[in-house]
Order: sequence, then C-alpha cells, then structure tokens
Amino acid sequence: MSLTSDPPAAPSLTKEPGTAVTTPPAPAELVVVPVRHPWRWVAVAATAVLLTQFVHGLVTNPGWEWDVFAAFFTTETILRAVWVTLQLTFHGTALGFAIGIVLAFMRLSASPFLRSVAFGYIWAFRSIPLIVQLLFWFNLAYLYKELSIGIPFGPSFLSFDTTGLVGEMSAAVLGLALHQAAYAAEIVRGGVLAVDEGQLEAAASLGIPRLRQVRRIVLPQAMRSILPNAANEIISLFKGTSIVSVMAIGELFYQVQVVYGRNGRVVPLLMVATAWYVLLTTALSVVQHYVERHYAKGSAR
Amino acid sequence: MSSVTTADPAAGSTATTTAKVEIRAVHKNFGPLHVLRGIDLDVRAGEVTVVLGPSGSGKSTLLRTINHLEKVDSGTVSVDGTLVGYRRSGNKLYELRERDVLKQRTRIGFVFQNFHLFPHLTVLDNIVEAPVSALKRPRKEAEAAARKLLERVGLADKAESYPKQLSGGQQQRVAIARALALEPGLLLFDEPTSALDPELVGEVLDVIKDLAASGTTMIVVTHEIGFAREVADTVVFMDEGRIVEQGPPAEVLDSPRHERTRAFLSKVL
Repeated sequence: MSLTSDPPAAPSLTKEPGTAVTTPPAPAELVVVPVRHPWRWVAVAATAVLLTQFVHGLVTNPGWEWDVFAAFFTTETILRAVWVTLQLTFHGTALGFAIGIVLAFMRLSASPFLRSVAFGYIWAFRSIPLIVQLLFWFNLAYLYKELSIGIPFGPSFLSFDTTGLVGEMSAAVLGLALHQAAYAAEIVRGGVLAVDEGQLEAAASLGIPRLRQVRRIVLPQAMRSILPNAANEIISLFKGTSIVSVMAIGELFYQVQVVYGRNGRVVPLLMVATAWYVLLTTALSVVQHYVERHYAKGSAR
Repeated sequence: MSSVTTADPAAGSTATTTAKVEIRAVHKNFGPLHVLRGIDLDVRAGEVTVVLGPSGSGKSTLLRTINHLEKVDSGTVSVDGTLVGYRRSGNKLYELRERDVLKQRTRIGFVFQNFHLFPHLTVLDNIVEAPVSALKRPRKEAEAAARKLLERVGLADKAESYPKQLSGGQQQRVAIARALALEPGLLLFDEPTSALDPELVGEVLDVIKDLAASGTTMIVVTHEIGFAREVADTVVFMDEGRIVEQGPPAEVLDSPRHERTRAFLSKVL
C-alpha cells in the first residue's frame, strides 16, 4: 500500500522505521495459489466409472461375440464390400463436386437464366430424399427405354439402351453424385464468396487471365472455407452409401445384412460394418487434416 | 504511339515506355449518386500527377476508371492514345471483351490502399504471377526480374516470405513491385499510404518518390500534401465529382485560386 487519500490507511505509515520485526517479501517472491476445483474431480471420477463400465460390458458380455467379429472382419466378402463402398464414395464425391463446382459458378454468374437453372437444380435435389432419388434412378429404364443425344423434339444423333448404360452401380453413383452436387454447389459458392473482393480486383488489375484468376487466386483461398464443409460432406456420403443397400448393391452394409441373414449373428456383423466405417472415417479425417494444412499456407491461423 | 523511353538507369534492366493519359467528359453514377460529373484531365507522359480532395470527392473512382476497374457511364479514357475498355467505331463505343481489357491492364500498374497481395502465395510468387500468366514470360526470367524489383524496393531478403509475415509498409512495397513486374507505362496509386501506421508511411513514399524520378507516368491519389509538394508535376484538386483546379504544386498548394481548395488545405495542412 502506497499513497492513498484515505486517512484510515495511515496507521501502517505511522509506524516508526525499525520497529518492523520482519521485512515483507518483495512482489516477485509472493507465491501464487491457483483456485481449487473439487467438483471437477468429482465429475472426472464419475465419468471414469461410467467409461470403465462401458468397456467392461464390451469385453465381458458374450452377446458381442468378438470371435465371430474377428472371423468376419477381413473375410473376402466383407473386403470386397468395403471396396464397393469406397468406390461409391469416390465416384460420388468426384462427380458430385465436379457438377457442384459448375453449379456454383452458374449461381455466381451474371446471367439470370444460368442463375435460375442452378438455383432450381439445388432446390429440387435438396428437396427430394436421397432414397427416393435412388429408387427413381434404379427405375430409369422403366421411364426411358433408351437415352439419346440430339435436338430436343428433333432428330437424335446418338442413342443408348438405358439398361445397358445405367447399370445398378452407375445408377447408384449417379444418384449419390446428383444429390451431392446440390450440397457441393452451395459449399463451393460459400467458399468463393468468402474470398475478399479485393483479391479479384488485384488479379483483374494485373491482367491475369480469367480462368487463371479462378484457379490460382480464388479457388485456393476459397478452399480454406470449402474444406471443412466438404470433408463433412464426403464423410456423410461415405456413411450414406449404406442407403444404396436398398438397390441390392453389394456395398458394406448390404453385404453385412446378407451374411447375418444367413448365419443369424446380427450384432457381431453390425460391429464389423461399424468398425470399418469408423476406421475409414478416421483415415478420411487424417487426410482432411493434411489437406487443410496445405491450403493454410501463408495464413496466421 | 507517343511514348518516351526513360534515360534513367534506375528504371530497371528493361527500358520502360511511359504513357500519356487523356480523360474526356467522364461521368459515373453509383445508383442515384453522381460520383464523377464531367472530368477532363490530361497527364503528359513521364509526369507525376497527384490528386487531392476530400473523401467522397470521386478521386478513387476516377483513378479506377483509368484501368477500367470502374466502367464509365459516358466519356472516354485513353492511355497512350488507346481507348480503355472500349473500341470506337464511328459514333459508337463498343465494350471490349474481358480478355482484351485484361490485356490493356497489363500496361497499367495499380496499387491499392489495402495492398491486396495474394495471401496464399509467397512474395516472389505474388510478383511473378502476372508476368508468367498474362505476359507468358518464362518463370525463370520472371523470377530473376522479380528479385531485382524486390531489391529495388529494399526487400531482397523477403522473397520466400508470405504477405502476412510482413509489416504493412513492406506489404505495400511488395504490391508496388508486383505492379512494376509488368513494366507498365503508367502507374496508378490509390491512397497507397492510408492504411499504414504513421511510422511506416515514409518507407512507401520513398519508393514512390524513387519511381517518380525514374520517369514513369504516375497518378497518385493521396492525402500526403508534403509528398505532393515534393514529387508532383501537377496537383489536381477534386471536390464533389469535379476537378476544381489543377496546376503546379506551388500554385495549387500555396496560392489556391478557389475557396474550396483553400478550405480543404487549411484543414489538412
């Protein structure tokens, strides 16, 4: 306590120098005592007990049938099904984002017609449940016996037999991709809008060609806000491929159902599928981390 | 082409041709706001013109019409005798395709108030981008030129840094080097020091002064009266979308003829 205007504070100052028995410690020597959090420790203990019980259940409950799980986890049927799931995810994502990027730039274009078409597409495909769409695609051959390229209401130049062209697998990929495109479009558009307008002005003032502006200046910066959302979409598509089981395509979830339909070991086989989904989603998250780090070059956070 | 080749060795390895600018009866509206109300301005090749005026007077908009970042509603802007953004045929002005406008802009360097460096590219890549993509220069050659430019703006050791790692003044110097990389005949500066901390203003002004001495045509919108006095060949004072007066700095800054100019100067000096 130093100079205050409070008279009551005076007594400490009135002490004769030399009467103090011990000199008070210097500020740097004062010991800091942190606040205690007893309730936090109670919460930790309670959570630990619950967690242990859960693990105990997993290990000791014979209903999980870990031996069956181990026996099926890497069988050829399951591995092949995992491969199909990965293919659906990969093609669905690639095609979905390719269409999505086009739609995003259509929505950002100066032409009201292109803008409305893209808006209409996004509106439609976000409104129709994926499962309904998939069934439509699966039944495409019923609607159109053959697909052709030509002038509307006029002659056609090329035509294909629908069942031959749109097999089960491509119907599934198409359904997933078209659905994905609607979401991808909005994610890409959001990312592009997040890029500072000054960046475009700077690129324009330097005379950088238009396509190069997009590829070199806009998209790499847009990627920073696109990536977290895109990763979400890819992961949800990856798990969403299980919906394709309604089309009797041998992806992971369908195949697991087939197996437990035969041997009746429902729980361990569901665990097989779960483990694969978790494993691969983890791998995707790791990839996401590195891709995001790549695009974070030059940024402070 | 009435271009002049600079004799100054400081201009760099390649001879820079400088351009004249002719602005005729330019009008520009932003919605109901009449920002430019008939601007006529001539800038001779190799001269430095400083544009002063209160905020909202239209000086930045005028500068932006010169490289067609802002389209004019009527009137013409020409750089080195070529119309910017339009092609004239008879009594009609045909808007140019974006590609052709972009090509025209490679002859005009623009420096922004907020630098607008590309944050995801290194300093070197920022400078090299336009020469490589717009002028199709080989990358090696462009990089060598870029390093020389960095040396010229005093940042030779920052080539591999990212913009965020630099101070504002350093970023603006990189932005100037980036504009110079196209070897433009005309340089436009839009309040180049307004976003800088006061102690960083000097280093940027020094670079611009150095450029002015090299004989490139420059138009500088600024609030730095001292800079105008020292560097400008012509000072232009704008208010409410019009050029109120123009002339040598000694005339406009020390004995302005118009009340409006006097009032403005008394506030900023």
